[in-house]
Amino acid sequence: MGNTSIVIVSHSKKLAEGLLQIASQMAGQSVHIGIAAGIGDELGTSAPAIVDEIMKCPLESPILLFFDLGSALMNCQMALEILPDDIAERVTIVDAPLVEGIISASVSASLGQTNLDVINAAMEAYQIRKILD
Amino acid sequence: MEFGLNQFKEFITEYAQRLEELKSTLNELDNRIGDGDHGTNMARGFQVANQQLQAKNPTDIGTACNTVAMALLGNVGGASGPLYGTIFMKLASVFKEKLSVDDEMLLNGFLFAKNGIIERGKAQYGDKTMLDVWETATSFLQSNVGTNRYRDLMTVVQEAVLETRDRVAKKGRAAYLGPRSAGTCDPGSVSSGLFFEVFVRALDGEGAIIRWETLVL
Repeated sequence: MGNTSIVIVSHSKKLAEGLLQIASQMAGQSVHIGIAAGIGDELGTSAPAIVDEIMKCPLESPILLFFDLGSALMNCQMALEILPDDIAERVTIVDAPLVEGIISASVSASLGQTNLDVINAAMEAYQIRKILD
Repeated sequence: MEFGLNQFKEFITEYAQRLEELKSTLNELDNRIGDGDHGTNMARGFQVANQQLQAKNPTDIGTACNTVAMALLGNVGGASGPLYGTIFMKLASVFKEKLSVDDEMLLNGFLFAKNGIIERGKAQYGDKTMLDVWETATSFLQSNVGTNRYRDLMTVVQEAVLETRDRVAKKGRAAYLGPRSAGTCDPGSVSSGLFFEVFVRALDGEGAIIRWETLVL
């Protein structure tokens, strides 16, 4: 089982590309990060596009899905229903803030931490205070 | 009554046409309480679904429903993509390999679809979502039998759509507006009302066309 892979699911392709750029800078080449974002040139998410990105992740790696807003979650869930069980069981939809969560997860994954540790790192990002007074 | 494969295909063709006709009405409603693209999304999704049905020419209703579901998932960006996609995936599971379905199986399909909407969207009745219409339609069909039930269904569905106007949205983009979401009909409920309007016509060939554009704006 390799490093945890990450798929960014966003309504906006630009938002996802920007996040990919930031996360890649933090994590280097050791973590596979894919994006499933936008529908054509428009805003939106699509379950088949998420399925495609999951299929591109390295074989046997655990895969984490990060999503932006409401209906992106629905499409993540649909993607898991469409995928064959043996692939779907490698995937976790993570409840985390998009920017901080993805950065925490990609750093944790790049250090070779377990999938559970990576998930926890992402979810703990909700607790990170940005302004300390 | 029997609902056959050809009727299903006609249903999708006409639903796509009616969505195109009502596109600006749905967009206008969605503009007021959402992101303004419900009409555009639905019209595009069902146009693609209709094209793929013609191209793939499935030989049973279950496969046809799956074709529609996949077209919607790939081409409708907002919440309506996964929600209407779920409806057709659930219908596909009930109508699997059927060339024709009877009243009981239709109702079963609609109940599966309604439960799918609940699981997917986590909405409850009264949240000002399409579920308000699906809940009303399925409980009406469950408690009414007889030949006129589909004609009466239209009256019930129309009322259910209009009743969403005064509700405060609890789900989706409209929920961000809180009390300001009251006063506008829920666009997803209108497109679901249209679903049943077109379905009844495909089933018995006689259901009336509802002037949604004058009722809901």
